[in-house]
Amino acid sequence: MNKETIIKISDLAKIDIKDDQIDDILTSLEKILNLVDEMNSVNTDNVTPMSHPLNLKQELRKDIVGASDERELFQKNNKHIDNGYYIVPKIID
Amino acid sequence: MHNKTVSELKKYLEEKKISSVELTQHFINRIKAIDSQLNSFISLTEEYAITQAKKIDLEISKGKIRPLAGIPLAQKDIFCTKGLKTTCGSKMLENFISPYNATVVEKLNDAGMVIIGKTNMDEFAMGSSNETSYFGDVKNPWNTEYVPGGSSGGSAASVAARLIPCSTGTDTGGSIRQPASLTGVCGIKPTYGRVSRYGMIAFASSLDQGGVFTRTAEDCAILLTHISGYDPKDSTSSRKDVPDYEKECKQKFTSMTIGIPIEFLDGLDDTVKEVFEESIKVLEKNGCKFKKISLKSSRLGVSAYQVVAPAECSSNLSRFDGVRFGHRADNTKNIDELYKKSRSEGFGQEVKRRILIGTYALSAGYYDAYYLKAQKIRKVISNEFAEAFKEVDLILGPTTPDCAFKIGEKSNDPIAMYLSDVFTVSTNLAGLPAMSLPMGFKNHLPLGLQIIGNHFDEAKILSLAHHYQQITDWHTKKPKLSGD
Repeated sequence: MNKETIIKISDLAKIDIKDDQIDDILTSLEKILNLVDEMNSVNTDNVTPMSHPLNLKQELRKDIVGASDERELFQKNNKHIDNGYYIVPKIID
Repeated sequence: MHNKTVSELKKYLEEKKISSVELTQHFINRIKAIDSQLNSFISLTEEYAITQAKKIDLEISKGKIRPLAGIPLAQKDIFCTKGLKTTCGSKMLENFISPYNATVVEKLNDAGMVIIGKTNMDEFAMGSSNETSYFGDVKNPWNTEYVPGGSSGGSAASVAARLIPCSTGTDTGGSIRQPASLTGVCGIKPTYGRVSRYGMIAFASSLDQGGVFTRTAEDCAILLTHISGYDPKDSTSSRKDVPDYEKECKQKFTSMTIGIPIEFLDGLDDTVKEVFEESIKVLEKNGCKFKKISLKSSRLGVSAYQVVAPAECSSNLSRFDGVRFGHRADNTKNIDELYKKSRSEGFGQEVKRRILIGTYALSAGYYDAYYLKAQKIRKVISNEFAEAFKEVDLILGPTTPDCAFKIGEKSNDPIAMYLSDVFTVSTNLAGLPAMSLPMGFKNHLPLGLQIIGNHFDEAKILSLAHHYQQITDWHTKKPKLSGD
């Protein structure tokens, strides 16, 4: 990992990082990755990865109408609303 | 009244020895008088609580008695509570009013409980000391220079200080059990899927599980019965029947074979080891058989967790973009700047760190080395537990490697902080239920005993915990706070 990686992943994660913070972040992330690298002490070539703690089947619900549209209720948390639409800076010129 | 357990308060209310309004007001007054020393609450919901309590009192007077009618409760501020603020300990959600209730909240409301406040927590449940909260550190009631643990630090501290008889919590890598241990209360993290995650703000979806804090195992059993069960709104919730945990845990104790992982004792602090061995002796004299077992890959739990949890968090927290809800930055020129500025202003340092690690682990070229490897280690850990449960009923160990640490002691050392969860994370990776209960003290600070069970063996865990509390009195010890 290096400074360029930090700049790249912070851009992917949509998080601004100031230039004077990069070194500190780099140091702490490297420490975490060293801890993570301890996983390599175990050979897992023949192990099936486990993505979920229980062997659940993905359920499908019946295709029936459920809860009604509660847009107004959900939009109460936002003052940047116009006619049910969210207002954001102009995207297309 | 604040020294009574949930079970005792239930009887008092049912027998009309006290009204819910009186009880609610008592706890609100107590929080107002004492919590400035602890900062365990982010918000008090006084008006809402009194209205609820009046409603319950009216029902009781008419003979309608819900199972937990009128008992005050604090909700961790990660659970959505309709019409009330839900901040998740973050500036990002400082002004967020939940439009709906989490299923856990709905179930406890239906049982007649009265929410009197929302408890402080590490931001987005990311932390082990409650120092990452935007709303300030929570202090340990046993010594306010020390941390209460995290992330459910406010829920644990408020129960320990008798500011509330019970509270809810969530546990992704130890966030219920570690603070329970550090503050001397009981905390149970059920099997993954036992409790619905609907309305519980997501951190790492394959690890998160809701649970409760109380002072006794019996109270844990009472509350767990009410929050468990299948929920069509959470497709990962289990359809397994929910036992009456209270009834089960109070049945005559039958002998159990309990495993002690040798790895948990290796290099353990001397006092913690002494206290733990003393609890083994007590249980040995009272019908338990012990057996040494090996969970050799459990030491890799923290490493695998530090990939799985941040990876899932980086994905879950992408919803906070400043557009639909949460903090929105002012004066942004374009959409990219709106996203970046809102997220950078709204999230704290630890949350950003985990998002960055998660983004890195999932980024092109690194997925196999980190995420896939972590999922394989998760399987190895899970298999080791499965092997162990062929020979033993339950697994016992200390909940934490040491007692509470001083505020600020580990805040600049993320690795030292992460390692305080070394005994708890493996159970999250394997989806197992586990509980912490008080087992003694080190330097006047509490130590917790962790009981781990096989999937859906909560009743067995609670039975052993209840049995232990019948023959010891660690759970009755209480901290002294000024004005108490």
